Amino acid sequence: MRALLIVFLKELLENARDRRTLLSALLIGPLGGPLLFGVMVNLTLERGRERADQPLELAVAGGARAPNLVAFLRGEGVRVSDFGGDGAAAAAAVRHHARRLVLVVPDGYGEHLRAGAPARVELYTDTADTSAGGDRLRAEALLRGYGAQIAAWRLEARGLSPLLLQPVVVDEVDVSTPAARALALLGMLSYFIVFATLMGGLYVSIDITAGERERGSLEPLLTLPVPRDAIVYGKVAAAAAYMALSLALNVASFAVILRFVRLDAVGMALSLGPGTVLAIFAVMLPFVLPGAALMSIVASFTRTYREAQSWLAAVLLVPTLPILFASLYQVQIRTALMWVPSLGQHLLIQSLLRGEAPAALDVAISAGATLALGTLLARVAAGLYRRERILG
Amino acid sequence: MIRLESLAKRFGEVEAVREVGLEALDGRVTGLLGPNGAGKSTTLRLLYGALRPDRGRALVDGHDVALEARAALARLGVLPHNAGIYPALTARENVRYYGRLHGLGGRALERRIDELGELLDLGAVLERRAKGFSQGERLKVALARALVHRPQNLVLDEPTNGLDVLATRNLRELIRRLRDAGHCLLFSSHVMQEVSAVCDDIVIVAHGRVVARGTPEELRAGVPGGSLEDAFVAALERGDG
Repeated sequence: MRALLIVFLKELLENARDRRTLLSALLIGPLGGPLLFGVMVNLTLERGRERADQPLELAVAGGARAPNLVAFLRGEGVRVSDFGGDGAAAAAAVRHHARRLVLVVPDGYGEHLRAGAPARVELYTDTADTSAGGDRLRAEALLRGYGAQIAAWRLEARGLSPLLLQPVVVDEVDVSTPAARALALLGMLSYFIVFATLMGGLYVSIDITAGERERGSLEPLLTLPVPRDAIVYGKVAAAAAYMALSLALNVASFAVILRFVRLDAVGMALSLGPGTVLAIFAVMLPFVLPGAALMSIVASFTRTYREAQSWLAAVLLVPTLPILFASLYQVQIRTALMWVPSLGQHLLIQSLLRGEAPAALDVAISAGATLALGTLLARVAAGLYRRERILG
Repeated sequence: MIRLESLAKRFGEVEAVREVGLEALDGRVTGLLGPNGAGKSTTLRLLYGALRPDRGRALVDGHDVALEARAALARLGVLPHNAGIYPALTARENVRYYGRLHGLGGRALERRIDELGELLDLGAVLERRAKGFSQGERLKVALARALVHRPQNLVLDEPTNGLDVLATRNLRELIRRLRDAGHCLLFSSHVMQEVSAVCDDIVIVAHGRVVARGTPEELRAGVPGGSLEDAFVAALERGDG
């Protein structure tokens, strides 16, 4: 136990002096995710909001043929500009992104309207241009509204109620809570947390296994009258400690950054107060043991630092796969799933974000299963160090 | 005292060590001499417990390395081939780490490190981070590390590899001083001059077997030319036959 502690403290100190370790464990891992996440979410929200706030720009060709329509659009706040060209010119302008939308009022529009026949207008649009989608929908809604108004007038002029045109009325009742709406967006949050936690231990676990062997300091270490288990467990514990630190910083920076994401503006709420932050940390903490042990095992097999790096990059994906799967298939929290490490943590974090307190049994099973796997993997790592081939 | 009894080790098809037995006495420097690939490093690895022998056993002051690893290794200081140190730690921290793993600590350990710093002439290097140390400085730190627990027996695997003339000379000087203090030293090398310069007893190995042994004088007396080099070559040729 004394030897374990000595190895643990030495690895902590040595890696604290390593810039690469510090960068990945304390900066890129913990802060990269939240920043990227915050910027991404904010951009998505901003874009949606800005579009809706700005007046719709609509170029109209032949507006003189439909003065009432133009007046209606202006009344609705549309910025109508005159487009001096025919349908072909309108198509070209839209195709080359000179205009987002062009409304063409053809000859005979007035005659058709007066005759009570369907009066055709042409809305030129590019559905491949996803940024124009919002504008198109708004323009279509306005044109439909204008049509509906005329229809209502025509019915009234004939002494009929315009309500005849609405035999069925749909009222949508949204039962989702603001927190649940936010969750769809924040489903990736636990993915980021798991990833940052693993990143925190990445370079430490490479350094203490493949790195130590490459430097030639492993062989003298193994000539000491110290049980190899103690050495391996000390090393795994050091990697786990860096992962825990990375995890703490990561969750804390998520809490800070999410303050600057205006989720309330789009009707979403997310509780990431100090209590939730602590709970996420606690639920996630057992995961550092299997994470550190897994990375130590992989790095023990590899011959050099570089080789360990490329292997671990692939292995790091393994613990995130259940989360990806769960997000894709919208898996709901279930006690049976708590036995799967990383998936259990993901589901528990989701319910914490939803503002629900997870069941004590679920938390216990998740922590127990994760720690059991971690212990098993740590023993495998220790077994690798008892092999003669560990010296390479 | 180090005693190797009929050690044998094979790696798959390769018989790295077929049969090596030797006795390295206290107060003497024993040289394990042999060409590259003769099985010197494997023999030493069997001695310090990095490998387990297929046959035979290794004893350190009477303790079997396989059965009483802790007692045997506690009496052994080891400088493996190309031993590395931790670049992010200072020389003192490197030595302290090993001292603590040997169960030392506190002021006694720091005094011991100061002592080793003087013995090895480390000076201000002791407090510097090991990154950027010269080959000679790294070797001194590795030696200090191997000596921190005052082992009675010291194993050095090709210690002069990559050292310049001055560093080699200092190392020889240190080896003699440790011998004169009554330690048992086992030293491996493929360079004959190296061995003849410091060793009291020489064991020549080739193809995983001991092919000759004796003091430098005894070995020289056995060949017509009367030089150690002739003795080395003659022993190797006998080993081939």
